[in-house]
Formats: sequence, structure tokens, C-alpha cells
Amino acid sequence: MTFLRFALRRLAEMAATLLAASFLIFGAMYLAPGNPASFLLSGRSASPEAFRAINAQYHLNDPFWQQYLRWLGQVLRGDFGRSIEYRTPVSTLLASRLPSTLLLVAMALALVVVIGLALGWTGAVRGGATDSTILVATTFAVGTPSFVAAVLLQGLFSVKLGWFPSSGTGSGPASMLWHLTLPALALAHYLIGMLARVTRSAMLEVMGHEHVTVARSRGVPERAVIRRHVFRNTLGTVLTMGGLIVSTLLICTVLVETAFSVNGVGQLLDLSTTTKDFPVVQAISLIIVAIFMIVNFLVDLLLPLVDPRVTLGTRGGAV
Amino acid sequence: MTTPAETTLDMRGLRLHLPGAARPVLAGIDLTVAERETVALVGESGSGKSLTSRSVLRLLPPGATTEGVIAVQGEDVLAMNAKRLRHLRTHTAAMIFQDPRAAINPLRRVGDFLTESLRLNADLSDDTAAERAARMLDAVGLGERVLGQYPGQLSGGMLQRVMIASALMGDPALILADEPTTALDVTTQAEVVGLLDDLRERFGTGLLFVTHDLGLAAAISDRVYVMYAGRIAETGPAQAMFERPRHPYTAALLRSTPRLATPQGRLAAIKGQPPSLREELTGCPFAARCAFTTPVCTEELPPHVPVRSEPTRLVACHHSDELADQLAESALHD
Repeated sequence: MTFLRFALRRLAEMAATLLAASFLIFGAMYLAPGNPASFLLSGRSASPEAFRAINAQYHLNDPFWQQYLRWLGQVLRGDFGRSIEYRTPVSTLLASRLPSTLLLVAMALALVVVIGLALGWTGAVRGGATDSTILVATTFAVGTPSFVAAVLLQGLFSVKLGWFPSSGTGSGPASMLWHLTLPALALAHYLIGMLARVTRSAMLEVMGHEHVTVARSRGVPERAVIRRHVFRNTLGTVLTMGGLIVSTLLICTVLVETAFSVNGVGQLLDLSTTTKDFPVVQAISLIIVAIFMIVNFLVDLLLPLVDPRVTLGTRGGAV
Repeated sequence: MTTPAETTLDMRGLRLHLPGAARPVLAGIDLTVAERETVALVGESGSGKSLTSRSVLRLLPPGATTEGVIAVQGEDVLAMNAKRLRHLRTHTAAMIFQDPRAAINPLRRVGDFLTESLRLNADLSDDTAAERAARMLDAVGLGERVLGQYPGQLSGGMLQRVMIASALMGDPALILADEPTTALDVTTQAEVVGLLDDLRERFGTGLLFVTHDLGLAAAISDRVYVMYAGRIAETGPAQAMFERPRHPYTAALLRSTPRLATPQGRLAAIKGQPPSLREELTGCPFAARCAFTTPVCTEELPPHVPVRSEPTRLVACHHSDELADQLAESALHD
């Protein structure tokens, strides 16, 4: 299959999936109990006129499909509407909160890739007590939910040692990095454990292949054998996990940002869900779905580069 | 350790123990390959023939312990440090494996496979290595185009040629071929064997050819070693040995080889199984399956003795002399 045909087919698939997701997201908010108007009035008793005015302003009285199509039309033009809670355009709101989330996810991703691969590599190559220690540590990492990790990290590094702030985002790059270190760790630890285990078992599997013995028999130095013939051959598996890693980061960032009071998109999603801020929740959910699909699309594009036996449009065959 | 200059491989008293085995897997192997000589190592599965050839590159199973000497061009492989060992594997001895599809990393290009050990050991620049790779590919009848291809794009026969080219890359003195044709179809087999023989002549390397195929061994080799249960049962010039085997095991192997000339009748399989590694052996390892066993066979290990009037042949059988005619007869007969 040519690249162009593959890309076109995947783009069409993605558009269809996004459409279905948009319907589900909109429908879920519509079905959820509670009325945004009452949140807007925040418990104050309002005159029926005021209530009607609000409902009319946000088109809350229209039939479901009309609301959905109006929203979809706006989204397609790049307009996510106005936040009910903050009374500003959703896009402005997102733009102001995106940097901290992006930085947080990027830091966590870097931690996952660097530490996860290093631990998996070390466990597979060293074996013995080192391997057992890493296995135990990653078991704990995988078994600890991120909100528990958040509390533990805050307790140890903020309250006890006072090395890092326990909450907030900070301003300026250096301060943000400092503020987001603990959140990034809380976000990354589960995926570090996952990636370490996947890398370890994939490397051990490849080590049993004959071509690795053959490489040694040909005088290839041991480090090069591990790098060029063992680790290299696990890249397909690691890359396939990349899609899963990014989507998990995006979802868990909601919990972590809330736990550390990071003013990012995840925290906004959490707040907006409790206040029934429809437009914001819908916009963020849709963006998360879109990012997830884009990442998987990129993985599919990169896979043939990593494994020549995989051609565009097919997965599997990677050993 | 010095050996006569013309001996490329000189294995003396090689014993190899594996953890959990009741007896050594290799129990004192003496084997030599001279310059430009082709030597076949023949035996059933599990006789230790692959292990013997692999130990020349010190490719030992985990936990294996060894005794004896494996001198390659006078230097003991078992005593080498890591650097010398890499030098041995890159430049002095090279192995051709049974299944090229499994032996070559499917994710790296053929050019990379051919040149990597020379480049990574900083012995050759990238360009010189690539040039040599192209020449070696030419020698095995493949074009330069193959350099940029992935193993998945080549047939099994072509891949085995790549494997042979890679063995020649470091200009080795010794090539170890571990059943190099078993995974190939019959027509490709003949090509690969012909090619190996041709290249051995052209590049002046010694060849240790490990096979279970007696016909192939007879066709290609100057001398043959027949292995059974980790010991050499019999050795000598190929033709003489297969015409007049002096060990009952060699005769039985010959009898169980299918022949086109006499296709009628059942194949004579050797009764019983080779001895398990879990049992200790006293006496001759073949005694339990041998048709000529006497009490001495189960009590005493037969030493390797020269065959009378044929000093280049050695046989480890108590009854070799008295059975000579009978064995020759039986090997020819069926």
C-alpha cells in the first residue's frame, strides 16, 4: 500500500471515529443529571424570566439533535463556544492552561521513556539480584494509583524534606519545572513500571533468538550485541506501547493536576465536570480523543521504519 | 602452546561438563583440521557434534565447564581473554549456521550484517568494509544490490550465501559449518556445498563440516570423524572409512542411510536410543545398541587404537579387528 493511500484511509477512519466520539461526548453530558443553568445561578433562587433567559442564551431548551448539530458546526469552524463558568471563550481558557499540562505531560513522558527503558534494559542484561530488585520496584510502581503516589510524594518531598513545593504551578520556566517535578513523578511512575517490564521481557525474548548468539560468534562486542541486536529488535514493541503511554498520561493528568493543584487542562476538566460546564468538558474530551488518535497514527507511520517486515497498514510480525 | 604450523585446528582431550548431567557431554575429543583440509564430523542428533564445533569459538552453553585444549593456529581458545576471543571470532575462525533465516537479524540490512564485526572492532573503515563485503558477495555469486536489502527479501539459499560471505569477511583460517545445508532444499544444498568447497580451495581455509548426512560427508571431506555419545567412535580418510567401516556404529549408520541404488526394502534403523545424559557410562557407549556386544564391551571403555595397516585410521572398539570383514560386508550389503 502506498503511503498516500494509507494516510488517506487512516484520515477518513479518524474523522469517522472523531464524529462518533463527539456524539458520545455530547450525549453523555446531555444525559448526565443536573442543569448548567442552576450551576450558573449557583443555588440562588432566580426569577423564571432569568432562568428562561439563560436557557435561551445557551440554547438549553432546544431538542438534543439541534444542540448537537449546532455545537458540531461550531467545533468544525474551530469554535468550542464559551465557558458557562468563566464566561470566556473555551479556546482562550484552554490556551492559558495548556502550557502547564503540556510541560507536565512532556516531563512525565521523558521520565517514562528514559527511566522505563533504562530499568528494563538493566534488568534484562544484568539479571540476578539487580533484576529481582527492579522487578519488585516496578511491581510497586505499577500497583500504586497515581493519587496515592501523589500523597506519598507530597508527604516525603514537600512536607518532610521540603525539596519541592506540594502544590501550584509556578511562573517562568525554571519555577514551572521545579513545581511540576513531583506531579510528573506521580504521573509517570505507573508507566515507568509498565515500560520497564515490557522492555525487560521483550529483551529477554530476543536474547533467546539465534541471531544474537550468531552476532556474538562473529566477534561483535557484547555491548553492541545488546544494543544492535537485542534492544534494537524490541523497538517495535516499545513504539506500539507509545500510543498507550501517551493516552494514559493524558487521562491520569486529570487526577494528578487536581492532587497537586496544577492549573492545567486536566484540573480544568475536573472542575468543569463538577460545575456542569458543558462546552469546556466537551472541548477537552474531544481534544483528548483527537490526540490519542493522532499518536496512534504516528505510531503506525513509524512502525515500518523500525521493523522492515511491517508494511504500512499491517501490524504484527515484529519479533 | 605451540603446534605444527600446518594444523589450523588442534583439539586435544576436550571434555565438556554441563550442570545436571551425570557424565561429560563431550568426553575427550581429539580432532584436527589441517590447512585447506575438509574434515567432516558425523553423528546422530545429540552426539555432541554441534557442541564440538561451537566450542571452537567458545560458544558454550551456560554453566558449561571444560577441560583440554582447543588450539586454533596454535592459540588455546579456552584460555583466551575477551579481546583475543573477539579477534579469533572476527579474523581466525568463522561459523556458518544451520538456519540462515534464524541466524541473521531480520531488522538489519545485509550490508550491516556483513560488515558489523569488522567495523565495530575498529579493524576496517566503513568504506573498506563495504568494499570487502561487495567482493565477498561477488565470490558467493550475489550482486552488490543485496547489501541494501533486508534478510526478509532474500530466499533461504541466498541467505545462506550471505552467511558464507560473512564467514569469509575476516579472511579466516578455519570455517566451521554446522549443518549448513539442513535447512535448505535439495538443489540449493548442492549449490551451497559446491560453493563451500570452491571457496575453501580459493581462500585456503580449513573446513570443519558438521553433518548427519553420511553421503554428503563422504562427498565433500578428506577425513571423517564419527561421533557417538560425546566420543569419537572412529576416524580416518573418508573413502576408506565408508568402504570398510571398523566400528559397528559406523557400519550401522551406513546401513541406515537411504540409497537410490537399492530403494526396495525397509530402512535399517539403529535399534534403541543414544544413552541419556542422566546415566553414567561404563564401557563402550554403543554397547547397549550394538549387535556384537560381549561382556568386555560393557565393562571397559575401548581406547582409540590405530587400525592395522592403516595408521591414519583410529577406532574405539574392542572387537574392531575380528569384526572387520563382517562390518565391511554389512555396510556394503544393504
